[in-house]
Amino acid sequence: MNILRSYVRKYKKESIIAPAFKMLEAFFDLLVPLVVADCIDVGIAGNDNSYILRCFGILLGLAAIGLACSIIAQYFAAKSAVGLACDLRQAMFDHIQTLSYTELDELGTDTLITRLTSDINEVQNGWNMALRLLLRSPFIVFGSMIMAFTIDRRCGLIFAAVIPLLAAVIALIMRTCIPMFQKVQEKLDVLLRRTRENLTGVRVLRAFCKEQDEIDAFHARNTALTQMNEKTGRINALMNPLTYAIVNIAAILLIRQGAVQVQLGIIQTGDVVALYNYIAQIIVELIKLASLIVTINRSLACARRVADVLAVQPSMTFGKETDDPQETVLTFDHVSMTYPHAKEPALNDLNFMVKQGQTIGIIGPTGSGKSTLVHLVDRFYDADQGTITMDGKNIRAYQRSSLRQMIGMVPQQAVLFKGTIRDNLKWGNENADDETLWQALSIAQAEDVVRRKAGGLNAEVEQEGRNFSGGQRQRLTIARALVRQPRILILDDSASALDYATDAKLRRALRQLPMTVFVVSQRISGVRDTDQIIVLNDGEQVGLGTHEELLKSCRVYQEIYASQGKGASV
Amino acid sequence: MTQKETVRRILQFIRVYRIQVVLSLILAAVSVFLSLYIPILFGDMIDCIVSPQHVNWSLMGINGRRIFVLIIGYAVSTWTMNVINNHIAYQVVKDMRDQVMEKIQCLPLSYLDQRETGDLVQRVIGDIDQISDGLLLGFTQLFTGVLTIFATLVFMLVKSVLITIFVVVCTPLSFAVARFIASRSYRMFRLQTQTRGRQTGLIDEMIGHQKVVQAFDHQDRASAAFASLNDELHAYSWRAVFYSSLTNPCTRFVNGIIYAGVLVFGARQILAHALTIGGLSVLLNYSNQYMKPFNDISSVISELQNALACAARVFELLDARPESTDPAAELSDVKGDIAVCDVNFSYDRNKPLLRHINVHANAGRKIALVGPTGCGKTTLINLLMRFYDVDAGSIRIDGMDIRDVSRASLRRSFGMVLQETWIRQGTVRENITLGKPDAADEEIYAAARAAHSYEFIRRLPDGLDTVLYADSLSQGQKQLLCITRVMLVHPPMLILDEATSSIDTRTEVLVQKAFDALMKGRTAFVVAHRLSTIQNADWILVMKDGQIIEQGTHASLLAEHGFYAQLYNSQFQA
Repeated sequence: MNILRSYVRKYKKESIIAPAFKMLEAFFDLLVPLVVADCIDVGIAGNDNSYILRCFGILLGLAAIGLACSIIAQYFAAKSAVGLACDLRQAMFDHIQTLSYTELDELGTDTLITRLTSDINEVQNGWNMALRLLLRSPFIVFGSMIMAFTIDRRCGLIFAAVIPLLAAVIALIMRTCIPMFQKVQEKLDVLLRRTRENLTGVRVLRAFCKEQDEIDAFHARNTALTQMNEKTGRINALMNPLTYAIVNIAAILLIRQGAVQVQLGIIQTGDVVALYNYIAQIIVELIKLASLIVTINRSLACARRVADVLAVQPSMTFGKETDDPQETVLTFDHVSMTYPHAKEPALNDLNFMVKQGQTIGIIGPTGSGKSTLVHLVDRFYDADQGTITMDGKNIRAYQRSSLRQMIGMVPQQAVLFKGTIRDNLKWGNENADDETLWQALSIAQAEDVVRRKAGGLNAEVEQEGRNFSGGQRQRLTIARALVRQPRILILDDSASALDYATDAKLRRALRQLPMTVFVVSQRISGVRDTDQIIVLNDGEQVGLGTHEELLKSCRVYQEIYASQGKGASV
Repeated sequence: MTQKETVRRILQFIRVYRIQVVLSLILAAVSVFLSLYIPILFGDMIDCIVSPQHVNWSLMGINGRRIFVLIIGYAVSTWTMNVINNHIAYQVVKDMRDQVMEKIQCLPLSYLDQRETGDLVQRVIGDIDQISDGLLLGFTQLFTGVLTIFATLVFMLVKSVLITIFVVVCTPLSFAVARFIASRSYRMFRLQTQTRGRQTGLIDEMIGHQKVVQAFDHQDRASAAFASLNDELHAYSWRAVFYSSLTNPCTRFVNGIIYAGVLVFGARQILAHALTIGGLSVLLNYSNQYMKPFNDISSVISELQNALACAARVFELLDARPESTDPAAELSDVKGDIAVCDVNFSYDRNKPLLRHINVHANAGRKIALVGPTGCGKTTLINLLMRFYDVDAGSIRIDGMDIRDVSRASLRRSFGMVLQETWIRQGTVRENITLGKPDAADEEIYAAARAAHSYEFIRRLPDGLDTVLYADSLSQGQKQLLCITRVMLVHPPMLILDEATSSIDTRTEVLVQKAFDALMKGRTAFVVAHRLSTIQNADWILVMKDGQIIEQGTHASLLAEHGFYAQLYNSQFQA
């Protein structure tokens, strides 16, 4: 939370002015009943017309000053809250850009998105409300009490008794209801899950003729939700009548006590009217304060979540070396890697060497560590044992950007971004000309995809590339990596959605290129023609060699070969 | 659907609870009357202080007791009214949700496939919740609000005609101010929402795929794009927040003027002996609260409008055309002879998909479907299960047109395993016994052994009672579970959709074995991706662009040197 303080500090001036003027406004509000009392006791009692007019003038003046104070307060509160939220959002976005894969895995994408969007909005809302109301409401409540004491000490005591009673009732009802609201939410979530399951599993459910059972199950959960809702509502509905009753019963006592004091000549009739007005104000402000506390609590929780992200430190440091091509591109020397919180290493004792221009196949069952291996090559993660050497230098000695510039990565999940096809391809290289783009598209077998789209390179790509099929997206992501003209190209199971004919053409085209290529595949056909194949099983390197060699020597490779029908799959 | 029509439909749902509605309205009237009458009694009580020397104690005592009783009356009636309102709103919403769920079960798949799951879920959960909020507010605040305004006017008129006229004349001023501010802030709110939407889009992409961003060293460009949107958002946002936060102070100011006016007029009337001090206190009290119902009503109206829009979306779903009615005839004692006769089908009238498809599978035969993606293999599954109906031609089982028997009996005769496994959040047992809820444990274990899922189920922490979540099983294990499900019910015919992406080798071998065990002695249609499946099939259909272009056995098709042979060989050319 300390991190956030420095962001608030930037709006120190605004954050002091706003509540100060709110209190000023409240102060003028508190004077109103006194003016009314004076008007009654002096103006009316003394039959003094000019005095009454003067009271009218004072009231108008108070209203005008109150308005001015309030506008100033709202202005600075808005400036401070919105400014704070925008700064936090930018800071968090920039901060996420510096995190490494380890931290990203730890935090999770969904969490990060929620924190950047709704959590920060909640912080903005909470801070804004706090600036405006957090001081004002208690000020009016206690101000009313103090005013009551200044009018008459005995009447003030009634205030002193009523305020804690009201606060206790409100707190009690809220304390009871908040956990119940959570239960309602849980029950609603169950309903939501059932609905979603019924839609995603509609084929299976109908295949098993479960329609009526599903209706019955939904009905039962729906009834449970409704009962919980009504139960919570019954308790929550006590708030208004109870507080009303307390305040008004207090008002009866107040007027009686006031009458006693009037009879004793201590106060006047107008003062009784003023006391009655003061007690009526308390109830509104206390209820406002209660809902404000809920809002502030919620946004404090959100603020804590935001601060947690900002506090995460990137675990990776980079060196200063830049690209300097050598004959031996890459060596893995006894490399092991374990993900945080994992019991078993994801990769264990890997050893191999890659020469410039070679194509390396990586094969193995799901979860055997194939993706982890290529992620180490791009230094998305660090090995925790052994060394990875690139062009003769430790991979950790390179600058982040020059390392990433050397490598063209085609991730497993083929995703494009909102913009044009050209924008997307230029992710590889900002300065690439159209010729380079078309060349890359042609190698990636994506030329016809782009030609068939109206607008060609300028064709719009929707968010995440939803307007392209899986196969089209895969080819475009391959082209995107090729635009960079990288020295090392990594294909992480990137041809899974392609039909075999296109896949074959792609493989043939890639073989013409001078670059070093890593191909991750689950299929023998994807790796059989590479220069070296690394076979992984449960993170162990169980084979290294060519297709023919491995067929003779590697049991896991033989098994995969057998299960895939002698290497063919249609 | 017009708004009027939507309102009529909502009223139909409410009609069931008309007694409660009437009760709620009566209680609302009582509580409004009391909330306005109590201040008058307080005024009378103050008037008991005639002068510093003279307080009418007996009258004050009577008034005090009267007020006390009325306060209790008010509290009880308000609470009861709220409880009834809760009951009506939540019950209506419950009825609606139940109806929607029933509806979903009988909607054709063509309807569901065309719509996004998220959108439909939103209708059942979010939209209906909005209706409930709208109804609740409508009941509690709309009626009481309107009633309060009229009752206040009547009570004020009783006290002073002149002051009432003054307040009524000044009211529009407050509205004009509020409306002026609302129109200004509305524009800013719209701009804010639009910009926020664009920013969320960017966040979804850049944070959602942060790993790609980093792989392409795109961080700085992403930050810059974000910053420019963030600046835009800042400009709209603070204006939206500021403008909208002016409404309260401004209406309070107008209220302050009215309050001061009431005091002056009141004071003069007291001097003219047309009003008492207690009466003035009542009028001041009223003029302070007079604006509140107006504000409540305007917020209720926007909430109601929101609720109406949501209701329209819900009714649209409720009004969707259900599946055609089911014939009563049952498909029984199925031998498993399947004939697809000259079938045409398309999802979209303008894009014909299947054309003149003819297939005949004798009982017990294994048919493999092969072809590139989008050629219509999975469509055939949809037609066999009658998830969709053919456009022309017919599908016959043991000579019976599948449109002449009930869907349930047809579907019970098929065992289906889809490529996309579907596991619900629930125990392993619940998931396996989908087709046979009363299966004994021995039966389940037998099926699990046959489907090779026994080993991993046994290793789960609570065995059959382990609760499964979205990602508690591997893809291969999920497939085995889905096969077990079918294994348990012994259907005479099978529809299998092999997964394209392979799972780990060991599990894949198990899945293969499970499939083989399942197919033994049953008619089976397999959308095949594995060579071994294809080679073992009795008959292979090669599909391309919605037509069967070749058929035969593996050997005969290879000998033809056609599309199939090309498909098969392309693996080795590469």
